[in-house]
Amino acid sequence: MPITYTSNEQVEVYRFNLPAAILIPLIAVFLQAFVPLRFHFFSIFDLPLLVVIFFAVARRSPVAGLLTGAAIGLLQDSLTGHPLGLYGIAKTVVGYGASSLGVKLDVENAGSRFLVVLFFYVVHEIVYFTIARGLVGLTLQWSWPRELGSALANAALAVVLFALMDRFKQRT
Amino acid sequence: MENLISRYRNVTILVAVLFFQVLGLAMQVRRSTQDESTRLIRVWAVDAVTPFEKGIVWFQTSVSNLFHNYFYLRGVRQENRDLKLQIERLRIEQVRLNQDAEQARRLQALLGFKEQFISKTLAAQVIGSSGSEQSRSIYIDKGSRDGVKQDMAVITADGVVGKVLRVFRSTSQVLLVNDQTSGVGAILDKSRLQGVLRGTAVGEVVLEKVMSDETVLPGEKVVTSGGDQIFPKGLAVGTVTKVSPGPELFLNIRVKPAVDLSRLEEVLVITQQEEKEPALADGAAPMRAADILAQRLPSVPDRPPDDPDKPPPPTSGLKIFPAPGTQGTTAATATAKPNGTAAASHARGDSGSATGTVSATTKPADNSSAVKQPVQKKPATPVGAVPDNATGDAPAAAPSHQPQLTPSKQGQQSQPAAIQPPQEPPQ
Repeated sequence: MPITYTSNEQVEVYRFNLPAAILIPLIAVFLQAFVPLRFHFFSIFDLPLLVVIFFAVARRSPVAGLLTGAAIGLLQDSLTGHPLGLYGIAKTVVGYGASSLGVKLDVENAGSRFLVVLFFYVVHEIVYFTIARGLVGLTLQWSWPRELGSALANAALAVVLFALMDRFKQRT
Repeated sequence: MENLISRYRNVTILVAVLFFQVLGLAMQVRRSTQDESTRLIRVWAVDAVTPFEKGIVWFQTSVSNLFHNYFYLRGVRQENRDLKLQIERLRIEQVRLNQDAEQARRLQALLGFKEQFISKTLAAQVIGSSGSEQSRSIYIDKGSRDGVKQDMAVITADGVVGKVLRVFRSTSQVLLVNDQTSGVGAILDKSRLQGVLRGTAVGEVVLEKVMSDETVLPGEKVVTSGGDQIFPKGLAVGTVTKVSPGPELFLNIRVKPAVDLSRLEEVLVITQQEEKEPALADGAAPMRAADILAQRLPSVPDRPPDDPDKPPPPTSGLKIFPAPGTQGTTAATATAKPNGTAAASHARGDSGSATGTVSATTKPADNSSAVKQPVQKKPATPVGAVPDNATGDAPAAAPSHQPQLTPSKQGQQSQPAAIQPPQEPPQ
């Protein structure tokens, strides 16, 4: 079993086959665009973000993580009416951060996954809001209760979702 | 140097990727109106996602139709009866509104106004959304091959939805009115104050640019003003829900959209608008503005046959003369024709006239001398309620009756025929 060694700890590195690596992000973006039409509450979730975090912590490669984040973010941007790059930049940062964290921490159990997603959701929103307000000039309103509520909801969903997506992981 | 880059390889790549994205973002912001530089990426993304959405919507619609067409037929008969009753009510309402519209058209024609007409629409199904709370837009299943173009207005039967933002081959992106980058020229229905309707960051809709010294009350309707050259004038936008002082001498008017933007399924794209002078009904002679205004004045009843025993009624000393060329148009008369039908002229009591007395004169079929019979006296309604024939048959009984301009007398100006509610037969 190939193992990487970081800080004297053994951390497993996973990879994904090509169909899974392409289809999972596509399905996440599709569901994000489609489901809120029928179930409006679903818009508080950010499925593409969860997929970015999942791939990043599983691959444990910062470069792969940031490129995955950039690709999924730009795909998500393409469906919005805003300029491309808002989600791209935010998810690039999250992908890099999550994979860097994954190298150092065990993020295989449900508790750590919950906390990781909770943390990176807030990071994602802060980066997004900063760019949207500072660079694009959008007038967004920051609300801590709303953001924390969304972060908790996403973290809870991530625990379930990650357990499902674990089936697609392949040990290198 | 090479060691430094390889040592900080991950950070270097991160900085490079972020740099290019920020650069690209800045370039797009600078040319905000032309996003052709990103069109290819958007086309790929839309082509990758929308086929799934179309497939699911098609499947959902098929299953739904199956249920509705075969399994949900219970209660259809009762629903049919209810709908027929509703149609009857709407037809009566339509006759009333047609008269108002006809009068408005005459006035507009007199003043040389040009009116925008929705001449062609395209029904489309909503297949997806942007998937972002910060960008409020939807995708519809019609694109450039169906004739959709950028900046076309998108509506439903309830009101305005948004405008076409981007057009792809078989799909289009529609920017909703509650997106913060949208703007719709709007006007308050009663006070006629104009403003710009915008979305907010949290998805609400506000009417901006209305001065704070104006009076706006909650509950007032907001309609499109037509000033943005996208939406035709008069489409429902929403209702004022809250008014508060805003920044820079403007009011902060919150508007509840007429359309539930979170539950859109089918929309109409206005693919063609025409601008033309309002057409008058056939046979209608042009009227002067003064004549039309004269119709709106309180009517003067015809004098009953002189009764030598009856003392003359007290008068205020004012005399109302009909406008030149409109003899007697201020008094409502229904004169029987030899064939027994009557041409009606009427005095319209609009909301501005407090009272209106209606009298009718009938001629027997043998053309004998007219015997004036006062008709039921009632207060003026927004629309004059006068039978359009001497027998008092209400047009509501024949709802297909379209309002026509019937000359009240030979050589006189045409007057719109009025209706009488069916529940009040003439006395």
